[in-house]
Amino acid sequence: MNHYPLWKYLLILLVISFGAIYALPNLYAPDPAIQLSGQSGGVIIDEPVMGKVTAALTESGIEYFGEEANGENGLVRLKDREQQLSAKRVIQSALGGEYIVALNLAPTTPEWLANMGASPMKLGLDLSGGVHFLLEVNTEEAVEKRMETMAREVRSAMREEKLRYKSVKLVDKKTIVSIFNSEEDRDTGSSILRKNFREVSRQLSEEKGLFVIRSELLESSIREIEDYALNQNLTTLRNRVNELGVSEPIVQRQGRNRVVVELPGVQDTAEAKRIIGKTANLEFRLEAAQGAISREKFEFSDPARLPRDAYLERSIVITGDHVSDAKAEFDENGMPQVGISLDSDGGARMHRASRKNIGRRLGVLFIEYKTRMKDGVDENGEQVQVPERYVEKKIISLATIQSALGVSFRITGLDSPRESSELALLLRAGALAAPMYFVEERTIGPSLGAENVALGIKSVTIGMILVLSFMLIYYKVFGIFANIALSLNLVILVAAMSILGATLTLPGIAGIVLTVGMAVDANVLIFSRIKEELANGLPPQSAINAGYDRAFVSIIDANLTTLIVAVILYAIGSGPVQGFAVTLSIGILTSMFTAIVGTRALVNLVFGGRNIKKVWI
Amino acid sequence: MNTKAKKIIDFMGQRKLAAIFSLLLIIGSIVSLSTKGMVLGLDFTGGTQIEVGYPESANLEDIRNQLSNAGFDNPVVVHFGSELDVLIRLQGKPEAGLSDSVLAALGNGSQALDLRRVDYVGPQVGEELREDGGLGMLTALAIVMLYVAIRFQYKFSLGAVAALVHDVIITLGFFSVSGLEFDLTVLAAVLAVVGYSLNDTIVVSDRIRENFRLLRVSDSKAVINESLTQTLGRTLITSITTLLVLLALYFFGGELIHNFAVALIVGVLIGTYSSIYVAANILLSLGMTREDLLPPEKEGAEFDGLP
Repeated sequence: MNHYPLWKYLLILLVISFGAIYALPNLYAPDPAIQLSGQSGGVIIDEPVMGKVTAALTESGIEYFGEEANGENGLVRLKDREQQLSAKRVIQSALGGEYIVALNLAPTTPEWLANMGASPMKLGLDLSGGVHFLLEVNTEEAVEKRMETMAREVRSAMREEKLRYKSVKLVDKKTIVSIFNSEEDRDTGSSILRKNFREVSRQLSEEKGLFVIRSELLESSIREIEDYALNQNLTTLRNRVNELGVSEPIVQRQGRNRVVVELPGVQDTAEAKRIIGKTANLEFRLEAAQGAISREKFEFSDPARLPRDAYLERSIVITGDHVSDAKAEFDENGMPQVGISLDSDGGARMHRASRKNIGRRLGVLFIEYKTRMKDGVDENGEQVQVPERYVEKKIISLATIQSALGVSFRITGLDSPRESSELALLLRAGALAAPMYFVEERTIGPSLGAENVALGIKSVTIGMILVLSFMLIYYKVFGIFANIALSLNLVILVAAMSILGATLTLPGIAGIVLTVGMAVDANVLIFSRIKEELANGLPPQSAINAGYDRAFVSIIDANLTTLIVAVILYAIGSGPVQGFAVTLSIGILTSMFTAIVGTRALVNLVFGGRNIKKVWI
Repeated sequence: MNTKAKKIIDFMGQRKLAAIFSLLLIIGSIVSLSTKGMVLGLDFTGGTQIEVGYPESANLEDIRNQLSNAGFDNPVVVHFGSELDVLIRLQGKPEAGLSDSVLAALGNGSQALDLRRVDYVGPQVGEELREDGGLGMLTALAIVMLYVAIRFQYKFSLGAVAALVHDVIITLGFFSVSGLEFDLTVLAAVLAVVGYSLNDTIVVSDRIRENFRLLRVSDSKAVINESLTQTLGRTLITSITTLLVLLALYFFGGELIHNFAVALIVGVLIGTYSSIYVAANILLSLGMTREDLLPPEKEGAEFDGLP
């Protein structure tokens, strides 16, 4: 009785050593470091580049070590975290704008561990410091835009087929209403729609002697547009984040229309927000001819310019989506300008529009989506500040078309090199397919992050010591077994989190602490049972066996239900709650293993097969 | 410890008293929740808050004046954790330079201020979180009820869920009465309380079920009393170890998880009480008998066969 076969011991040993190895990297504190990469694919980072970097650091008296480069990326480690920011400045100015210089925390995992795939847990923003943004994509606007374009396309398709229609209009921003004089015309129109516009529905009717087709986007097409808009925005955001030079940023879709951006270690939050938050787009439109009906009035972005405003056509030649590259340059007179390259589709459209309109002026509209607070009334009738979204469109350039434009041309008339480089950056980083708004923003300073880590470690340690002492005093020898199991549980929990790539957050640490407190429960159940069986007069060996057996069902039931709650917590929660749920779930699973199998192995090793008279429990 | 011939405690003898006590707590909580409500954290209300670290103890009145002079409307300024930390709550949304302008308004250039964190939560996000939180709580309760009904018997599941609802309402009531801030981490803690209290209740129910089958007596009250006595040691020890770590969190975990620890401490205390007096009490009131547990004996045998 109370014997484990050899393979069980070996299995337990295997799990323990596995856990120890994968938990180990967390003990090595990371080095503050500076990471280098190229602004574009062509930039090579090799020994000579690193030579420049180290020379610049030496000159400024910043201590460094362990510089490395692999052609695409470079890394240099610093002695002092305080010097990280100044090191970034020094390196950036030594290398120039072609390189992205980012703050980083380089892991110091020894090579043999790294070779086994072991790496430390990632720290959440609340522990590492940094910025978290949640942006909402206004997909309705993208759908609206698509419908506007489609209404135009429907008109030209009907004209091409020489079909006479009374009117084709977009109503309520979502329905294209086509009106015809005769039923015959309407049927032709309907077949044109069926052939060329598969993404809309067709509803025929007769109203006041006129024949009408109402078309709306199918739900599947709306989803498609939304997905496209969101993915396009994700790409744009990733590009912008890359321009910022942050190591290991997170840009992720959340739900149907939201995007999470997390920038660990970012200290200049204002700059980050300015670049990411520029929810800007461009539209290239021709200046409206004198007396044209379909025109719109816009102000110039430069308030000093006279006249203050100009009329542009309503139809758009191209939008910023078609811009493939943009560079800040200077013209022959030393004035700042931006050189733009378009993709082939954009180039073709631009060529078509400009060829016919040489001598007319082409306007560039800069569109920003902004939010302001205004007074409103909530559902309880109380005065509150509610956010109001609005769009600001201003002309940044209005220049005469000298010759047919192709895939590359220039925007002139900018005020300063700063303006041209920012505009180039925004154009290069891509346009947004739909406007975005900030709905959540959290910044955690680096000092608070470090403090949280220290507090977390302290409370885990103290909690652990309290529980270990209590168990030892209360259960004596069996307390030692439980304590060994508890410590192993912590090691395996940390290892599991490291392997799964889970992010450690402050609530996550709280989850670990709570797990420590609750993990002993399984052992308490078993030990109470053993005590009872002893009291019922069973001999020690049978009592131990019966205790483990009988407690098993209770442990499974109790832990499974808690696990259910943890999983629900994960499913409904966001950020901090999820971190807590993850550690709690993993903790429940690992504690079941160590408390049932682990302590049993110890008990069997010590008491198994011997004729014992008394158990210290 | 001498465990021979343990005396059976007559827990259920006090059941009427316990029921009145629980009812009073629940009514008190509901009254407070509906009249006074809860101080909801930024996560749920939306808005902007900024935490600033001062090198030496900060005067809140001065800070309020500095902010009002700089044109911020009705700033809420409180100490956060220590005299050195100040939490400022503003209305509206942080524009790119907000944190800089706050620092400029406070700094006067003389003191080295440390911008510790800035949080902005949009109003619609807060509203969604409120809805998701409530929904999650209900889902958790429903699934747990189902699980217990399948694994045990519906009377157990009513008892378990009643205990959970009891614990959640009283924990929320505590936050309402004490005026502590209820944020996302506290919500996580309340859900953890659900998990913990359930754990406790299941262990007790497990023993009650076992004893109904084992003891050949028909007096339900005696069976429940004996089961509660047998599990009392375990219930108390687990609560003690959990409370020990929670106290460590409360005193050393820092201000950000202070309320998290408070919610769990209250929840664990209430949960321990409820697993004894609420779940078992309801079981007895529903007329739990040995016959209720006879059919599923097969299922029990199947589980005993596991390693």
